Amino acid sequence: MGSLRLKNIHKSFGSVDVIKDVSLEVSDGEFIIFVGPSGCGKSTLLRIVAGLEDATSGTIEIDDKVVNAIPPSQRGIAMVFQSYALYPHLTVRDNMSLGLKQAKRPADEIRESVDMASNMLSLNEYLDRRPSELSGGQRQRVAIGRAIVRQPELFLFDEPLSNLDAALRVNTRLEIARLHRELNATMIYVTHDQTEAMTLADRIVVLHDGRVEQVGSPMELYNKPDNKFVAGFIGSPQMNFIDATEFGRKDAKTIGIRPEHITVSRESGDLKGNVSHIEHLGADTNLFLDCGSAGLISVRLQGEQDFEIGSSVYAIFDADRTYRFDENGQTIVNV
Amino acid sequence: MNMARQNWSNTFAAHAALITYTLIALFPVFVILINSFKTRKAIFREPLALPGADSFSTIGYETVLKQGDFFLYFQNSLIVTVVSLFLVLLFGAMAAFALAEYRFKGNMLMGLYLALGIMIPIRIGTVAILQLMVASGLVNTLTALILVYTAQGLPLAVFILSEFMKQVSDDLKDAGRIDGLSEYRIFFVLVLPLVRPAMATVAVFNMIPIWNDLWFPLILAPAEETKTLTLGSQVFIGQFVTDWNAVLSALSMAILPVLVLYVIFSRQLIRGITSGAVK
Repeated sequence: MGSLRLKNIHKSFGSVDVIKDVSLEVSDGEFIIFVGPSGCGKSTLLRIVAGLEDATSGTIEIDDKVVNAIPPSQRGIAMVFQSYALYPHLTVRDNMSLGLKQAKRPADEIRESVDMASNMLSLNEYLDRRPSELSGGQRQRVAIGRAIVRQPELFLFDEPLSNLDAALRVNTRLEIARLHRELNATMIYVTHDQTEAMTLADRIVVLHDGRVEQVGSPMELYNKPDNKFVAGFIGSPQMNFIDATEFGRKDAKTIGIRPEHITVSRESGDLKGNVSHIEHLGADTNLFLDCGSAGLISVRLQGEQDFEIGSSVYAIFDADRTYRFDENGQTIVNV
Repeated sequence: MNMARQNWSNTFAAHAALITYTLIALFPVFVILINSFKTRKAIFREPLALPGADSFSTIGYETVLKQGDFFLYFQNSLIVTVVSLFLVLLFGAMAAFALAEYRFKGNMLMGLYLALGIMIPIRIGTVAILQLMVASGLVNTLTALILVYTAQGLPLAVFILSEFMKQVSDDLKDAGRIDGLSEYRIFFVLVLPLVRPAMATVAVFNMIPIWNDLWFPLILAPAEETKTLTLGSQVFIGQFVTDWNAVLSALSMAILPVLVLYVIFSRQLIRGITSGAVK
């Protein structure tokens, strides 16, 4: 139970195509994350799975059953929204039990289910409060609790951490990871934050302009990006892209190298540049080198390092970790 | 106000302007009230004087209560106003919800069509409305007035409310859909409470013109048993002699119910229960 299959999903609003031919298989118990820049269609895709939007064409199967014409409440899903979307006039307990009440479940089953969820999320002392009396983090826990109570086949998260502050975000992220382990449920999670994607996902789906760019485990995407977009999107700071002619190479259009795979030397190296900016992060130091026609190159060095702004240094590339892209942005696989 | 940002001259100017405006607005009401408690002679001798020992008289109120069925007029006005407001708010909010929430062909055109009534005064159609009411046998019924006032109030209600409905969080409605609430319950239980301040605004906008209207009661429902308060007060205004005591007393009493309705609605204007729903 809890598998999802999308077949050739298209979605257009008027003349604008938002989702273009997306197919995807999710097996039971998987944690899948949709990432992509804003406007790439990831939220729309999630809403199509939820049944809040209709797909223009294509089929959606949950548990091998086509659900295109089934209303959201009967798809066996639960959704957590970015803005929490709690019912303002109901207490926390009523917020969590409304779905089951609508489904006409017996009262003691509802109580049991709510108690289970509130124990899991330590919400017991807030059950009689209203959403306006809770803090942001508590509200999001209630929203997650409301999803758990429904005991769905499929959990859908729409950027659930975006409204939380940094510290709370890390805590709630751990909480969601723990829930996934304990409930063993299938989860689909939308975010634009690649840290969330890398840390939580079993598999990541990278979306761009309504198309799936690549599907794979976090490390697959990091180590073997299919194309320039995925290479640039995963990893922070972004991968450096340098025109191949800078190195006089003819076997590719663009050369890519991640900032963490570059070292610097004052004497010699692959590329000469001037230090234009330096960021001290404690554990790391980010160095930005102005390399003339090759552009701005970012370098991530371990530990505390000091360079004078304007001084010239050489960047040394880790040859095994460079990527080659053709004129269409596709990765050229090393043979 | 924050002490650091307090500026005495600005505060003074703002208060002076507001107090002046309040005085201008309240002055006619004040004149009506004091004169309704004076003898006829005193009204004309010194219109602005307060009622004194020799000029005090409740003759106006006595006339009003004796002549004509004033409580019936009151009741008629109240029924027409409250029922019309209820219908305007109900149908206006439902139409606004549909316009704001659903994507369908001609949504824009429908919105424009519904808002068109703001620009065209309903009184232009008086003759046609009268013919319609005669043909459907609704002349001299309160129903006729209620129907006309509902039609008159809907355009503005739809226009204002649809703007507010668009601001209600989509996530909240979607959460309701996932929990299996019907569209009607989403509308009544989730959305309406959140647009209550806007509803109160629409109610206040519509209430006064309906309560004060003389035109349609005179044309559509002039019979004794369907007279509204405004129309009922007209018996004291004659072509040659006007019983000012009675007119002023009737007007003073007519202020009270609207005042009560206004207080009810304005409390809603202030209250904001949206906090905690989103963000």
